[in-house]
Amino acid sequence: MKRPSNFTKWLRKYYSRIIIYTFLVITTILIFIPIVILLFGSVKTTGQMYSHPYSIPNPPNWDNIINILSTPSFWTMMKNSLVVMLSTTIGAVTICAMAAFVFARLKFKSKGFFFNLLSAGLMFPINVAILPVYFVLRQMESFGIPMIDTLWGVIFVQIAFELSGSILILRGFFTAVPSELQDAAYIDGCSNFDFFWRIMLPLVKPSLAAVAALVMIKSWNDLLVPLIVLNSNHLWTLPLGTMQFQGQYGQDLALISAFVALSAIPTIIFYFVAERQIVAGLTAGAIKG
Amino acid sequence: MQFFPVAQSREPQKNEADFPRKLKDRLVIVLFLLPALVLFITFVIYPIFRSIYFSTFNWKGFGPAVDYVGLDNYRKILTDTVFLKAIKNVLIIITLSLGLQLPLALILAVMVGRDLPGRSVFRTIFFLPYVLSEVNTAIMWMLLYNADPERGFLNAIMTLLGLQPVAWLADMNIVIYAIFFTLTWKYFGFHMLLYLTGLQNIPKEIEEAARIDGANAVQNFFRITLPLLSSTLKTSVYMSILGSIQQFIIVWVMTRGGPVNASETMATYMYRYGFVRFQLGYGSAVAIIMFLFCMIFSLLYQALTRKPDYLTGL
Repeated sequence: MKRPSNFTKWLRKYYSRIIIYTFLVITTILIFIPIVILLFGSVKTTGQMYSHPYSIPNPPNWDNIINILSTPSFWTMMKNSLVVMLSTTIGAVTICAMAAFVFARLKFKSKGFFFNLLSAGLMFPINVAILPVYFVLRQMESFGIPMIDTLWGVIFVQIAFELSGSILILRGFFTAVPSELQDAAYIDGCSNFDFFWRIMLPLVKPSLAAVAALVMIKSWNDLLVPLIVLNSNHLWTLPLGTMQFQGQYGQDLALISAFVALSAIPTIIFYFVAERQIVAGLTAGAIKG
Repeated sequence: MQFFPVAQSREPQKNEADFPRKLKDRLVIVLFLLPALVLFITFVIYPIFRSIYFSTFNWKGFGPAVDYVGLDNYRKILTDTVFLKAIKNVLIIITLSLGLQLPLALILAVMVGRDLPGRSVFRTIFFLPYVLSEVNTAIMWMLLYNADPERGFLNAIMTLLGLQPVAWLADMNIVIYAIFFTLTWKYFGFHMLLYLTGLQNIPKEIEEAARIDGANAVQNFFRITLPLLSSTLKTSVYMSILGSIQQFIIVWVMTRGGPVNASETMATYMYRYGFVRFQLGYGSAVAIIMFLFCMIFSLLYQALTRKPDYLTGL
């Protein structure tokens, strides 16, 4: 009596696994199709791209890749993107860690007001704010603060629109540190600053890394802010350069593929290296705060 | 306490050191908050008011704004068929996201579940599109959507299946769905990631108990998993809708809102008036309208559901 029921159970489990894996593998293929076609296209000649647009490039043709890598402007864009990304990340993480610490750990009047004010920034995302922000950049420019067509303009705006999200995430992490530590530190004569610097920061290092990874990705991928702030070619970041390149060589699909592939590869490598941090930052931001 | 054995010996000194220390602690609060607040007020709060001001002018951006038109810009925008088309497109994207994209993400998350062998590999792959930049995503999909079956992968498949090739991005009736497909490709992994994290927080024992009590897989999903996932779902729905309202880069790179405004979104509409036609007063009014949409939606959503966790104030 028991055997058939065990067997059907096993069969049912087996079948459901097969269905699940089929579904997941199909999704995987759908995800990879655009990426693989892009990578194939990046090592084809323009002629191959037209005659065999979605075949395996055999033999691969590295001309387009080499061409792009040997133009100085590509490396200038890479450098600009790096400068913006690192400055934004260092700035945002420092500023947000300090503010989040105050909100999580210290008591003062009107704390609720300031915190709600900063959280309200989530309702005003950069895509909506871009024109208003542009007015302010122009106004600052007219006061003699160089904001238009400088990397500083990009960096400041990026940091400003990271504040709400990152402070929320970090505040969550700071709040999670047990309060006994704080009591003990204060009894021992720690000042607020000592407590922050010597006890809190070392404890939340992994969380800072998570937020940093998130900010890095966003800054590196950002097109909108560079698009409205930067005019001069020598200041373009990689996404902005990609968009302009696409506008300029839109017909040469092989060359475009090579350029996009080259600009996507750093992101993909970074993702595989820092996946744990990125995932931790995102889920903390969306679920716990 | 035992970590700090000197704690007691400090007590007597407390009084004389009290004043400067308190001052120092106050200073820490001010100095720690100052950079964030200055940046936030300069680049987030102040621009809103500046835009409200400019939105009442007919202003091309040269010289001071003098041609005061009151609420005329708002009236024009809200009666402009192109803007209404943009709202309609945003509503289409929201509807499709909630109806197809999020359920797909949920199904995949439940399938990957807690302990499927290969779980982390699938998670890594499904989340990959989310970290690619929007420009790169848009260009990659433009290659696939190329109308010429000799060049575009999708149309090559269509011809292979004996169907007519489709002008994915040039057909006014199809373009918004083509864009939605790209958006789904890019963003479903993010929602799946949220659900996976949410699922992990549901204790296994509850589902097991239900199974022992005779609940089948479907009942288990609808009666146990879904309700316990509700706060994650609320967050995910909120982010999906807010993201749809402000959709910009992918649309702009792929179609510039065209053909003939068929794929216009509110953000592309604002960008066109603000940065292409340089009607800055009009563009400001669009920005304020979008901001109001975001704000009203957020406040309504908070009121109607329990607050999404990350919006909880102090």
